Amino acid sequence: MMRAPDFRYHAARSVKDAARALKDGGPDAMLIAGGTDLVPNLKRRQQTPALLIGIRHLRELRRIRNGKGLMIGGAVRLSEVAADRKVLRHYPALARAAGLVATPQIRNMGTLGGNLCLDTRCTYYNQSYEWRQAINFCMKAPGATGGHACATPTGDAICWVATSSPRCWAVSSTDTAPALIALGARVTLVSSDGERDIPLEELYADDGMAYLTKSADEILTVVHLPPEDAAVRSTYWKLRRRGSFDFPVLGVAAAVRFGEGNTVSDARVVLGAVASHPVLVPESAELVGRRLTDDVVEAFADAAAAHAKPMDNTDLALGWRKKVARRYVAGALRELKEAHAAK
Amino acid sequence: MKVVGQARRRVDARAKVTGQTRFADDVVLPRMLYGKLLRSAHPHALIVEIAASAARAAPGVHLVLTGADFPTAYGIMPVSQDEHALCRGKVRYVGDPVAAVIAASEREAADALALIRVTYEPLATIASPEEALRTAEPRIQDYGEGPNLHRLAHFAFGDVEPALAGADQVFEDVFFYQGSTHLSLEQHATVAALDADGRLTLWSSTQTPHYLHRELARALDMPAHHIRVIATPNGGGFGGKSDPFNHEIVAAKAALVTGRPVKITLTREEVFYAHRGRHPVLMRLKTGVRQDGTIVAMDLETLLDGGAYGSYGPASTLYTGQLQTVTYHVPRYRFRACRAFTNKPPCGPKRGHGTPQPRFAQEVQLDKIAVALGRDPADLRLQQLAPANSVTANWLTIGSMGLKPCIERVVQGSAWRERRGQLPFGRGLGMACSSYLCGAGLPIYWNEMPHSGVQLQLDRSGRVTVFCGATEIGQGSDDVLAAIIAEVLGLETTDIKLVTGDTDLTPVDLGSYSSRVTLMMGNAAIQAAERAKAILSASAGQKLGLPAERVAFADRRVFDVENPSAGMAFQEAVVAAEVEHGTLGTTGSYRPPRSAARYRGGGVGPSVAYSYTAAVVEVEVDPATGWVRVSKVWIGHDIGRVINPVLARGQVEGGVYMGLGEALMEEQAFRRLPPRLSSALVHKIPSMLEYKSPTALEMPEVVTYFIEDPDPSGPFGAKEVGQGPLLPIAPAVANAVFDAVGVRVDQVPITPDLVLAALGAKAKGKSGRVGPEAFPAVPWPEALVVPPPWEGGNGKAINEPAKSRDALPTHHSGTAGVKV
Repeated sequence: MMRAPDFRYHAARSVKDAARALKDGGPDAMLIAGGTDLVPNLKRRQQTPALLIGIRHLRELRRIRNGKGLMIGGAVRLSEVAADRKVLRHYPALARAAGLVATPQIRNMGTLGGNLCLDTRCTYYNQSYEWRQAINFCMKAPGATGGHACATPTGDAICWVATSSPRCWAVSSTDTAPALIALGARVTLVSSDGERDIPLEELYADDGMAYLTKSADEILTVVHLPPEDAAVRSTYWKLRRRGSFDFPVLGVAAAVRFGEGNTVSDARVVLGAVASHPVLVPESAELVGRRLTDDVVEAFADAAAAHAKPMDNTDLALGWRKKVARRYVAGALRELKEAHAAK
Repeated sequence: MKVVGQARRRVDARAKVTGQTRFADDVVLPRMLYGKLLRSAHPHALIVEIAASAARAAPGVHLVLTGADFPTAYGIMPVSQDEHALCRGKVRYVGDPVAAVIAASEREAADALALIRVTYEPLATIASPEEALRTAEPRIQDYGEGPNLHRLAHFAFGDVEPALAGADQVFEDVFFYQGSTHLSLEQHATVAALDADGRLTLWSSTQTPHYLHRELARALDMPAHHIRVIATPNGGGFGGKSDPFNHEIVAAKAALVTGRPVKITLTREEVFYAHRGRHPVLMRLKTGVRQDGTIVAMDLETLLDGGAYGSYGPASTLYTGQLQTVTYHVPRYRFRACRAFTNKPPCGPKRGHGTPQPRFAQEVQLDKIAVALGRDPADLRLQQLAPANSVTANWLTIGSMGLKPCIERVVQGSAWRERRGQLPFGRGLGMACSSYLCGAGLPIYWNEMPHSGVQLQLDRSGRVTVFCGATEIGQGSDDVLAAIIAEVLGLETTDIKLVTGDTDLTPVDLGSYSSRVTLMMGNAAIQAAERAKAILSASAGQKLGLPAERVAFADRRVFDVENPSAGMAFQEAVVAAEVEHGTLGTTGSYRPPRSAARYRGGGVGPSVAYSYTAAVVEVEVDPATGWVRVSKVWIGHDIGRVINPVLARGQVEGGVYMGLGEALMEEQAFRRLPPRLSSALVHKIPSMLEYKSPTALEMPEVVTYFIEDPDPSGPFGAKEVGQGPLLPIAPAVANAVFDAVGVRVDQVPITPDLVLAALGAKAKGKSGRVGPEAFPAVPWPEALVVPPPWEGGNGKAINEPAKSRDALPTHHSGTAGVKV
């Protein structure tokens, strides 16, 4: 079997302790919660941390609490998020997204914070060390060029998805981030220097390598959902090859607040798995004050799909994925309109 | 019958469901070492130097092996002895094993691999058969029938040209069937150890312990009787464990050198490199028909992407055409096939071995013919079924032939007549049929010995032990063996003690491939059991004062058939026989009859019996996305006789599942990088996550009908069920997609982008067909002309070449090549 490299393990005693250990460990330290993303990556030598800091057992990270809205700890398991009654009732996009991650077994281990910080994915990157050696590596996971490697130029500075590009095009593959961004969630980041709250969309950067804006020693501790709002409808549509297992090749999250006369009073539509970050469709704001007529929905779907930039580094044909993005956006909005009408 | 045909818990169920079955990776021995293989990172390169001193000095390392330690070539077929356990001189695909480290732990072995420094001199690569056809140098292999062409074949079973010219209509299509891998849940594993006498034992997840035994003796240059191969129960095989593999030979050698047990277990990625899966095949099919759709002649060309080694390729090549004649009557048939070498893991036999690809072509084209001529596809098939007890144009002898009731059952079950062409846009029904072998007529190496042997041993305790080389790969061969013996001797399957798949203890059975086990092992088992029964009948009859023919066996008793209360327990009968004869034992063996096909190449295709299958598939196609969902499958299978309905149904459903995977998503796909930057040629997705195969959630309801028309050649009339039911699935899906949305996807997998592209083309007034456009020029050899039976033929070619066209030097003597 594939075996993980050696590492030291520190079971954090508290978030504070974890933050200190993370800072002390420097670039060689990583957090581990459910491990469902990290452990396979370790086996493939995508990451080789010297120190892993375990946080999944920390009670302060495992709670779902009422505050101004709902507060979900970073180490709450995805299966708990998907089954939580409040989440199901008031934030259905999140329940659905969390319930569609991978498989039941993985949802029982994987955490919400882990899914939000999920490493970006790429078919040139999510491969064993030996496989990556055969393509001479890539900029996201440079390898030590050794005696077994080829005489051809090194790929350490190349993104094989777009070889003339200076950047990495690995794909944001989290299901829960689009849903939470659509719902207007914020996250708390804690480091040994203090803590701060940011809107979730600001956690992400459009870069396959530096895909998180947080500094390496910050820990995502809590996800804050806005207060429940009976006028808000939300949903999440996931495109993947099979009904289980697969990462999204497209995620469409939509949250719409309906006001007087069925007009939209607030809307946020987010695309997942079409870029290196979740894409909050800027045209969402233009839906405000309008009704979701077929014309409005179709025009919006066109505009939204234009933001989808699928590349040849996930499953399924990229041109087709872009076409389907349009269908999914339209479908998600229609679903919300019908849900509102059925109220 | 009391056992045969009754739904039973399989004999190995308890061990399997309680986790006690010992698979190869479960074998753990004292002082065992672990091996890991260093695999090439180059698709094609010369090995200049291997520097292994650092690895040899690494912690825990006991041994480093390279190609220099394996001078002798081997290969599953006598005509494809082109493999070495570790590469010598050059590597041919990414994943080709170059060196091996044997260490105290798997981790230490893996770490030491990184210390081996190999200097390569890269060579140009070949990624497709089309490239192979236009590339003379460099050559991947130094043998073959063209620079990078492994095999070329050309058969003319009658002259098709005038027949096509005289046909009312000629249909011509080009199809492509993508390669796929077996995806057994169990990864290959092996453990080698020396016994106290210095003899070698190898436990391995193999479907063919006998062939592995032969190749080990060859590759290790050891007498075969000093080697024992034990086939552990396989966690799935599907053809992927029927070659001798590098890791098996390396582990054996390492055990001989170190004197300690050595285990090698492949990772999932390595299994993708070991491969031997479905060949990608490009096909051009031309069929001439009369106005009512009756076939007058068929002309088929196939181009196989063989990968870097021979493997079963010579047989695979011929299987892409030889079984095209056994479903419908084809008066004249031309078949040309070419297998090219490419810098990819070798292809070989996967469930259906070479036949699902041309079957896809034929069944989709028949659907097109039916539509063009305004005929119901079911009627078009029914009107021209190959007759039972007939000989085909290419001299295959058909025995029982139950395709008609298969078609009738699925037509009825699916309400085909009422629903096909009548469902709303986006829903459709498609039909396809197929046939498969019940065991290849010839062994892999030419010989006239039995294909299967069974020994029975009985003693005074009433114990019946069966010894047979047959191999349990999950399909239920142990259960079938126990059932047949139990049926004859009037026992229960749980009364039978089984010893199988062990070359030291069991008579030879050629292995679990070509759907041969039930028929061949079964016939051998019947013979052994009948011989035991004769002995027991005579002795028991004497005690009962009855002639032997009045003695019957049932319910663990031996009794007077005319007065069942007069009798004795089975055990008493054994005691009576042991008193009379001494120690009791019998044997049985089976060898299929000689084929009517007497031409070179006629060794592939003949079987003593053929199974038949018809399927109707219902699909829902989303015209907005092209997404295809299979909602239901009706499948009728002519099995001759069901031995255990639970197992038989499982085989059908498994075949449907695997067929759906090939139809809709599975791809053994490779990737090149921009040539100016890299010479890489890698498997795109060697993982269980990204190599897409259906999950339980994608599996539709399957309605299975068994047609039981016992075939005189089968044990109790039984025919195969392991492979045939896969074959009609892919073409039935393609035909259903057409019925649903009016477009043709002439290739598999039928992915949503292809369906959407076809719909888009159709909306623009174009053909509404997507698929390969052209078949390249192939330097076909002169035809081997074999007149069909109805044209005065005798099964021989009228222009048989004087000697083999084979350029391969053979590394062994005393065995002529198999007739392929």
